[in-house]
Amino acid sequence: MTANPWVRPYVLTGGRTRTRHHLYVHTLVSVARYDPAASLRLSPEARRLYERASVGAQSVAELSAHCGVSLGVTRVLLEDLAAADRVQINDEIYASPYDHRLLKRVIDGLREFA
Amino acid sequence: MAFASSPDRVTPTITSAKIVVAGGFGVGKTTLVSTVSEIPPVNTEAWMTQASRTVDPLHGSDEKTTTTVAMDFGRVTLARDLILYLFGTPGQPRFWPMWDDLCRGASAALVLVDTRRLDVSFPAVNYFENDSDVPFIVAVNLFDGRQTHPLDQVRDALGVADSVPLVTLDARDRRSSVLGLLASLTHTMEKTSPVTAR
Repeated sequence: MTANPWVRPYVLTGGRTRTRHHLYVHTLVSVARYDPAASLRLSPEARRLYERASVGAQSVAELSAHCGVSLGVTRVLLEDLAAADRVQINDEIYASPYDHRLLKRVIDGLREFA
Repeated sequence: MAFASSPDRVTPTITSAKIVVAGGFGVGKTTLVSTVSEIPPVNTEAWMTQASRTVDPLHGSDEKTTTTVAMDFGRVTLARDLILYLFGTPGQPRFWPMWDDLCRGASAALVLVDTRRLDVSFPAVNYFENDSDVPFIVAVNLFDGRQTHPLDQVRDALGVADSVPLVTLDARDRRSSVLGLLASLTHTMEKTSPVTAR
């Protein structure tokens, strides 16, 4: 659950700090078809993220926290996993977080929850 | 249900939304998040880094600083295909650059205040007034269940505009906390235009 103290964080990403898409901390990531053989070929950090995401759709922040991988590194590694078709980064269905259809759904859901 | 096994949608797309709970140290952010969250709030010393946001390669800075931040977030499954995340902001000033990251893509923000120590939430109010586009409300956390100061006085002391809703809640009480979150979402509805072009 802790980051490897012997490796500087961005060594794991080959020095890359940026990702092509912006992954919000609440963006959901999931694994459609879990492949154990592919998992074994991943780096330890990427494998932890892949294994954890295969349990069910989770946010980038949850994956980072549960796997003990920094948020920045998590983003880069998830992007790699998505490019290799290992994980699915859930597209935002709504164009904006202020889309009233989304807000209405959240409000209705919370009212029921209260 | 008849549509449950629709072959072209094996895994329905799940949508997530986010509300940011801000405020100074010790105003009850963690309490509010844990009162509402269906999972134990993730309050781990997670590693976050500013590198992806602050490094400008054109100006030769290759600093890749990593900071340990106590992340504080919870989750509420509102429907099979809809999850709401609550993110508490790290209170200490040295974590301020992280706020942008946490607030990006948020539907609403709620600044929690403690009337006994209003000043600890000043920076959060300033942030949402000046540095963020996320619509926010201010919620007075009633620690003893009673309101000790009239809301008008609280508004004056905080110096927030009349257009910013001011509500009270008890962060230990789920229903009360949810009503506060609902007020923040309703405020966003009122502040934004109904149709967002795709």
